[in-house]
Amino acid sequence: MSALGFIVRRIGAAILSLFAMSILVFLIIRLVPGDPVRTMLGFRATDENVARLQHELGLDQPMLSQYMSWIAGLFRGDLGQDIVSHAPLSELLLQRLPVTLELAGLSMTLAVLFGVPLGVLAASGGPWSKRLTEGFVVLGISIPDFWLGIMLVLVFSGILVVLPPTGYVPFAQSPLENLRYMALPVLTLAIGEAAYVLRTTRGAVINVMGRPFVTFLRAKGISPRRILFGHALRNAGPSIVTVVGIQVGVLLGGAIIVETLFALPGVGRLVVTGINQRNYPVVQVGVLAIATIFIVVSLITDLIVGWLDPRVADGMMQ
Amino acid sequence: MTGMATLSGVNDRARRQIIGGGAVLGTLILVAVFAPVLAPYDPESMSVREVMGAPSLAHPFGSDVLGRDVLSRVMYGLRSSLAVAISAIVSSFIVAVPIGVLAGYFGAWVDSVISRMLDMILVFPAMLLAITLIAILGPGASVAAIAIAVIYLPILARVTRASTLVVVRQDYISGSRARGASHLRVLWTHVLPNSLGPVVVQASVLSAFAMQLEAGLSFLGLGVQPPNPSLGSMLADGRDVLNQAPWIEIFPGLTIMVAVLAFSFLGEGLRRALDPKGVAE
Amino acid sequence: MTAMLSLERLSVSFAGEAGPSIVVDDVSLTLEKGEIFGLVGESGSGKSTIANAVMGLLPASATTSGRIQLNGRETTGLDENDLRNLRGREMSMVFQDATTSLDPTWSVGEQIAETLRAHQSLSRGAARARTMSLMHEVGIPNAAQRYRDPPHRFSGGQRQRIVIAAAIANEPKLLIADEPTTALDVTIQAQILELINGLRHQHGTSVLLITHDLGVVSETCDRVAVMHRGRILETGPTRDVFGNPSHPYTRALMAANPAWSRRGSRLPVVPREWSIEEVRHD
Ligand SMILES: Nc1ncnc2c1ncn2[C@@H]1O[C@H](COP(=O)(O)OP(=O)(O)OP(=O)(O)O)[C@@H](O)[C@H]1O
Ligand SMILES: [Mg+2]
Repeated sequence: MSALGFIVRRIGAAILSLFAMSILVFLIIRLVPGDPVRTMLGFRATDENVARLQHELGLDQPMLSQYMSWIAGLFRGDLGQDIVSHAPLSELLLQRLPVTLELAGLSMTLAVLFGVPLGVLAASGGPWSKRLTEGFVVLGISIPDFWLGIMLVLVFSGILVVLPPTGYVPFAQSPLENLRYMALPVLTLAIGEAAYVLRTTRGAVINVMGRPFVTFLRAKGISPRRILFGHALRNAGPSIVTVVGIQVGVLLGGAIIVETLFALPGVGRLVVTGINQRNYPVVQVGVLAIATIFIVVSLITDLIVGWLDPRVADGMMQ
Repeated sequence: MTGMATLSGVNDRARRQIIGGGAVLGTLILVAVFAPVLAPYDPESMSVREVMGAPSLAHPFGSDVLGRDVLSRVMYGLRSSLAVAISAIVSSFIVAVPIGVLAGYFGAWVDSVISRMLDMILVFPAMLLAITLIAILGPGASVAAIAIAVIYLPILARVTRASTLVVVRQDYISGSRARGASHLRVLWTHVLPNSLGPVVVQASVLSAFAMQLEAGLSFLGLGVQPPNPSLGSMLADGRDVLNQAPWIEIFPGLTIMVAVLAFSFLGEGLRRALDPKGVAE
Repeated sequence: MTAMLSLERLSVSFAGEAGPSIVVDDVSLTLEKGEIFGLVGESGSGKSTIANAVMGLLPASATTSGRIQLNGRETTGLDENDLRNLRGREMSMVFQDATTSLDPTWSVGEQIAETLRAHQSLSRGAARARTMSLMHEVGIPNAAQRYRDPPHRFSGGQRQRIVIAAAIANEPKLLIADEPTTALDVTIQAQILELINGLRHQHGTSVLLITHDLGVVSETCDRVAVMHRGRILETGPTRDVFGNPSHPYTRALMAANPAWSRRGSRLPVVPREWSIEEVRHD
């Protein structure tokens, strides 16, 4: 099988996932027990208001045509309206998305920048570096990330008073201030992720170092550094990238909490407020956005794995 | 070679992990169960004089913004957090095992249909799926438990399927079938008991994640609802007075962490003991 | 003339849970320049351990005594850096399974070029050109097009040729081949042996050929040593050892392999109670 075939097949799978996900998101509002519109309107639920909102949301149409026109709207960039403010949801999303993308992107970058070298160290270093990294992994995986965030606030804002505890400044307005506000949320998410990246890197590198081709490399007089970084890490690459792809899902979930904790105006916080206000269209848009990011990132990481390991793209491994 | 191995044949490290993790977890569960007896105060009784009182002999963990005893609330919070996490994993286990065994035992189209449906669930990041389900069904402890159960369903079912495949390939299964045993009988007497080990391992590892997930949902106000305390919602309550009364935040968080560590150690130990081939991921 | 390789009273033991186990026991042998020397013996007799001792690739759990001299230079006691300079340049080794000897994520060309650049200061372009001529020399057609291909796109025999090309890239004077043909089918085996034989003729490479296959030895090797449980029982010119085996163990090996020109048959385990007295056919 050719590399092109691999790419096409993988993109096809991603489109299927997007389709399945869109159905679930579409159903959110329709699965609410009882009358979702009455729930949304609360005390304003006069018969007249209910009928109007039902019509606005298209809930009086047959299911299939509801879905078709919803999807058609998505492709036109029409995500519907906020039922409270009547603002177009596409604008709301465009404001919120950069915050979440910056938070998730910076956290994952930091996690990889620390996790990969520490993982190599854990695989190849002495007993002390092994013990220390093991401790970091156990703690990093066990500390609930939002509690870690609270403790970071306690230390960096409460005791040391060097970073602001909550709030947000757009990057375009002041890059430096933006980073100051982002520092604690990013660190909160990055520490846990770094632990996973470290653990995966360590396992994969140890596994590769035990393979026969490493003995052949030594028999050819290749230096230990080169064997470790040029060969072992390169072979560990696909496992690391796969785990990064999976962990992006965890990270996006964590971002929902961390955005709430640090009062960052991102998509995650949007979803939480949407739930509290029973503003289902807002919830739908937020869930749709986060799930789409996850599916696209998974696609990209799978393609990178195929590029890093030629056997995958040649169809020799799934 | 049935599900539960005795501890005698297990290596030292596994035994230490199982006994250590189990002991801590057992203590936490006892505290949770007997919270009404053990708690020094009513977790909901407020006292103006005690508002944000620092830890003292009378209130070892201090008091919160409403003057409630943090230690008592931690005990009750642990009670609801553990209840949600454990009931979620147990229900997930009960649904996942039959699904996974069917997929692994019958294979072919049964397997494909089941696997495709489980894949659908995995399209969502776990936390997002939980929040989506809560958006539909409304916040609350039982909805949080259902959401967590649904999230881990595909993982537990997959491990069951993989472990069933290993068992089904063994000779005595086809032997029993050849001797005229019905599918149901073979499943019940051979397949099920021999494939449970790795699933139990996975379930105990996932319990650690369930604890964290529950805490996160309650922190967002989507899980256990007030006035019932939960470890997550206690963290949300004390967030604004962090600098004045950090004990309100420190103790519930530490408790979550200890519970998570206990579950992970138990899971790691069980993995070494029950799943030497590493079927559970 | 100094020998290419000489082992003097080499012993190797491994630390184990039940105390140390002696795996190579007081072995002495010499390998002349330009010679192909066969090392035969049943599985577990210590052949690979000797090879690893020469290469300095024994694990930390091994204890070595005796002397190893490479081209007149003592290598026992050299530190890892000095050994690394010798490996791949003065001495090189190929292993049984070419499928697992190559890094699956690197192209074959890069793997050969890497070995060149580890020991010589060559530009990328020069290393590339030299790699292609090496690939051509070991019989890989279309070297220029196949330079960038990963190992899995080659057949088993081709992979072993590439392994050999990487091993001889810096023209080492000693090549140790540890069962280089065991994983291959018969016709390919013959081609690989011919390739190794050709190296000796063109570059004067000395070869230590480890094998189970008496047929291979009789066709390729100038001299042979027969090992049993860590000791050398019999050594001498191949024709003499096999034409007139003086040790009963050798006769048993040959008897167990009646058509021992037929390749690919592994040696069966023979009884352990042979008296251990060395026989030389010098
Ligand atoms: N790293 C090690 N630690 C402990 N014992 C070892 C180690 N390597 C080899 N041995 C033992 O040394 C003995 C000789 O092994 P060696 O690999 O040298 O045999 P061999 O003659 O090459 O056998 P084969 O023909 O099967 O390759 C065996 O009993 C083996 O178990
Ligand atoms: Mg060997």
